[in-house]
Amino acid sequence: MGFVLLISGWVLVLAALMLLGGIAQRFAFILAGLAVELLGLHLLGSAYKELQSVPRKSGAQR
Amino acid sequence: MNLTLCLVAIMLIPLAVAGLALIQQGLGRSRSAAHAMLATLCAMGIAAIAFVLIGFSITSFQGGPAHTLAVGSFHFDWIGAEPLAASSLRFDNSIDILAALTLCFHLFAVGIAAIIPISAGSDRWRIGPICAATALLAAFSYPLFAHWVWSGGWLSQLGPMFGIPAFADMGGAGVIHVLGGLMALSVVWIIGPRRGKYSSDGMATAIPGHNIVLVVLGCLLALAGWIGLDSAASMLFYGAPPEQVIAIVINAMLSASAGGLAVVATTRIRYRKPDASLSANGWTAGLVAGSASCGMVSPLVAIFIGLIAGILVAFLIENLELRLQVDDPGGAVSVHAGAGIWGLIAFGIFGPASAGTTAENILAQLVGIATLCGLILPLLHGGNLLINHFIRFRVDSDGDWQGMDIRELGAGAYPEFVIHADEFVPR
Repeated sequence: MGFVLLISGWVLVLAALMLLGGIAQRFAFILAGLAVELLGLHLLGSAYKELQSVPRKSGAQR
Repeated sequence: MNLTLCLVAIMLIPLAVAGLALIQQGLGRSRSAAHAMLATLCAMGIAAIAFVLIGFSITSFQGGPAHTLAVGSFHFDWIGAEPLAASSLRFDNSIDILAALTLCFHLFAVGIAAIIPISAGSDRWRIGPICAATALLAAFSYPLFAHWVWSGGWLSQLGPMFGIPAFADMGGAGVIHVLGGLMALSVVWIIGPRRGKYSSDGMATAIPGHNIVLVVLGCLLALAGWIGLDSAASMLFYGAPPEQVIAIVINAMLSASAGGLAVVATTRIRYRKPDASLSANGWTAGLVAGSASCGMVSPLVAIFIGLIAGILVAFLIENLELRLQVDDPGGAVSVHAGAGIWGLIAFGIFGPASAGTTAENILAQLVGIATLCGLILPLLHGGNLLINHFIRFRVDSDGDWQGMDIRELGAGAYPEFVIHADEFVPR
């Protein structure tokens, strides 16, 4: 999901450049694209954090 | 372009590699010191060979051949079309100076991007996967983004295509450092934290670096290398005149100093005593952030950029380690990706307004940052996951306790100093 959001954010940024003309509109959509990417980063980071805390909690040896 | 000055600047770049290698080695544990240095050497070698064999055909050079992708009425210059193995270059009287110098510059620049993640994977990332991941980075990811920014690719043509200024990265803050920092983040996600770094309830344990003297020496070496890196990139890709190189030297020193001093003050206020390793990271962060604008801003702005980079890095390192459990012993993610992104935004804010308004400049920089995070990071991470599927990134559990020197090299970096004998006892 994080992966999809990262790429979706970039597509949003590209779409803003290709489809919009005004600087304010472009700014708003590019910031929205970056926010989507940030959410993707957060999801990816949280998923890995969760994944790595499971062996610690169960006492498993890596 | 002044050929001699550019060549001298390029020849200074290996000092940045040496500096970063010392910083990374000193911030890691003594039982993995030889491994870290050998990994750096291997990564540099693999990166240079992979770049010449494949990467340069993707990167190409300004005015060189390239493929375009038509999307509606827009034509994206997305990949270079040089022959493989740099076979089109001639080094006789008919030499194309720009192409040859571009290749020469990238040979070292791609090495810097390749060694950045090694510090993040310190104490657990094996040499085999390091070489494989480096080859992928140097052959595909780095060349692609370098082409977009420095060789006439679509990010450098935002003006004709979309009516906003080009994404600008004068010294490689984005192309080299953010890319390397994102690679480090991907590696840390895959290999996880060092064993014993976090308790079962998620509390972090401090694992200090083993040689702060080398770290600080590395900072000083890195300064000389950075001056070469910033100067060479500015002259090669933005046509900076020799007079501007003076401003590049002054600004590099100022932003590094401001970054280092900002962390000295921050840690002095927060922990009552300055933290030497964090301050070294602040120095490097100042250099990284200052790379985006190099000699294009005033000395006062360079100090401000370094100052914010230092404060940002102190904050990022702590939060990544404690809240997000990103175990990055060398601070590569914060120093290179974090400070690099700040530097790119700062250039949008404070850079020359000749190409557009400040808002348009910031917009162009944000497009570049979004491309790095939204396209290059998934590419890097997908490639790393693929490699990890075939060659496991992380050392086995015995190696975790023995240290990478004994496990992978069969001998330690400091055989005469047995001060951590308990580390070899199985637990």
